[in-house]
Amino acid sequence: MMTPSSFEMPNLLPAVPEIFVLTATCVILLADLYVRDDKKVITYLMSLATLVGAAVLTITLHTGETVLTFSGSFVSDPMGDVLKVFVYLVTAAVFVYSRNYLIARNLFKGEFFTLGLFGVLGMMVLISAQNMLTLYLGLELLSLCMYAMVALHRDSINATEAAMKYFVLGALASGMLLYGMSLIYGITGSLDLAEINAAIKSLDDSKMMVASLGMVLVIVGMAFKLGAVPFHMWLPDVYHGAPTAITLYISAAPKIAAFAMVMRLLVEGLGDMHVQWQEILIIMAVLSMAVGNIVAIAQANIKRMLAYSTISHVGFLLLGILAGTAEGYSSAMFYAITYALMAAGGFGMILLLSRSGFEADRLEDFKGLSERSPWFAFMMLILMFSMAGVPPTVGFYAKLAVLQSVVGVGLTWLAVLGVIFSIIGVFYYLRVIKLMYFDKPVDTSPLETTADMRIILSANALGILYLGLMPGSLLALCVAAIG
Amino acid sequence: MEQTIFYIFSTVLVLSAGAVVTVRNPVFAALFLVLAFFTSAAIWILLEAEFLALTLVLVYVGAVMVLFLFVVMMLDINLTVLREGFARYLPVGLLVAVIMVAQLVYIVGPARFGLDKFPAPPPRDADYSNTREIGLVLYTEYLFAFELAAVILVVAIIAAIALTLRKRVKTNFMKPEEQVLVKSKDRVRLVKMATEKQDD
Repeated sequence: MMTPSSFEMPNLLPAVPEIFVLTATCVILLADLYVRDDKKVITYLMSLATLVGAAVLTITLHTGETVLTFSGSFVSDPMGDVLKVFVYLVTAAVFVYSRNYLIARNLFKGEFFTLGLFGVLGMMVLISAQNMLTLYLGLELLSLCMYAMVALHRDSINATEAAMKYFVLGALASGMLLYGMSLIYGITGSLDLAEINAAIKSLDDSKMMVASLGMVLVIVGMAFKLGAVPFHMWLPDVYHGAPTAITLYISAAPKIAAFAMVMRLLVEGLGDMHVQWQEILIIMAVLSMAVGNIVAIAQANIKRMLAYSTISHVGFLLLGILAGTAEGYSSAMFYAITYALMAAGGFGMILLLSRSGFEADRLEDFKGLSERSPWFAFMMLILMFSMAGVPPTVGFYAKLAVLQSVVGVGLTWLAVLGVIFSIIGVFYYLRVIKLMYFDKPVDTSPLETTADMRIILSANALGILYLGLMPGSLLALCVAAIG
Repeated sequence: MEQTIFYIFSTVLVLSAGAVVTVRNPVFAALFLVLAFFTSAAIWILLEAEFLALTLVLVYVGAVMVLFLFVVMMLDINLTVLREGFARYLPVGLLVAVIMVAQLVYIVGPARFGLDKFPAPPPRDADYSNTREIGLVLYTEYLFAFELAAVILVVAIIAAIALTLRKRVKTNFMKPEEQVLVKSKDRVRLVKMATEKQDD
């Protein structure tokens, strides 16, 4: 029993990046009140500085060891540190890409950055969760920020409708997740993921059924947050309805956090039930790859097309996790990180072509891009090749690693299905390239961009090419993080 | 005895929860929700969780539901639109509900959570304080979760303000300091034009 004297002050050192982000965000929240509307660039720079500071802290505090704190509800481990650094990186890129778009739509306000940074905090908590309670709170923190951000453009009916759908379905999914967690808590008597894993080993068959139902409900909740078929209905509508800058935010970094959530809950918490959740994940992975790749062909709106492409990528991500081996987990981690980089670049290109009063969100807006800007047409070519999985881009290695891990556990038929669906998917990525290089431009106005966006977006696309040529370092990082 | 009380309260709870979604008048629905919260608080008291039960009554019934009633009464809710499709979706909804209830009764029923599987804990002494125990773990063992809950509330406040606050776009008021500084050339603009040849 806990008495005041037996309480030990928790070790705050592993959580210093979280504490820093929270403090800095609160400072930005207050400072923003005194910043005039035409000087919001100060808020923007402070937000970027926060992300840089968090990255510096995470890297300097990285020890390569697993440290628990806050009575075992928070963990700092190599996987968490690597994922967090990529969350900062991707979010910083998202902020840079969004700037002009937000200014043109009168959305360049402090709320975008404070909600965005609180969302980053939610992702960090989710990545470091070692307890079902912390995991749920991190997820809710992230989701709440994303619901509000989708609705931020108040005068747009589409955005409001998307936010409403997202909120209602998200609340339902959270309910499912909570109910599943409560059943698992009821049968194992613990919220701690490591203790749950130990308790499940000693359950008899009758109690195992309760844990199974809990696991199914937890998977339903997680599949919704990931956007895996058949819980994907919200994804195209939200991606389409939200302002593109916010679509960019919710499509990129949260996928890294969602991967961490699946790892913590399924692998660390319910690792002993691998045989059971593997079957469910196989069905979801096959359906996601099928629906994502086939329905994307019929889309005329590039945001919807990329939404369905996200669904198919989630299918591939699940392939790595369901393999249930260390190679599988590290390949899924590699996939999640590279997908976040590709998504940031892909939606960043839409932002690059958008300007005041014009959303470049139809496929035909990309027509003849090679005549308007040969350099950015080439960048888009790299991004599309990478999403399709064409060598020498990193998308190819991500798919290859995931498929290898699936073959490694004897599920060759699943790998064959994965290859077939990704070949189907190549069609709609190549169509974008065809529009850019072989069609005449409809709109010949020059691109309105700033130098920082050009540089970061080019670095993003070239980084994907570089990682494709030399995937070794990032792969080794993922293997070391899981190992 | 305890069992009878439990069944009475749970019957009221299930019926009032059902009424929340079926009654036509939204004010009644909100009042039924109050009843549902109240009966679940009673069930918590049966579980000897008196602090949580009182918090539920104070926070949800006392504060949240009163605000909710205000909102329901102030908004002009069009019932016919809300009811649209109710009959159409009823069969599917009922089917899903019946399947889920059947599954849950099978899994969470007495076969797995009966008193022989999980014996009831011995009742606590009269001087045992739940409030004290919660207080002790809330700020120590669950410190991290507690802080996170606070952050979530901050986000909720930011979101609520960001989504509803609208500044008045145009208000007509005079700025004396600008009026004093005004010069004649700010008011009158002299335009020099070339003389034009007049047509006959």
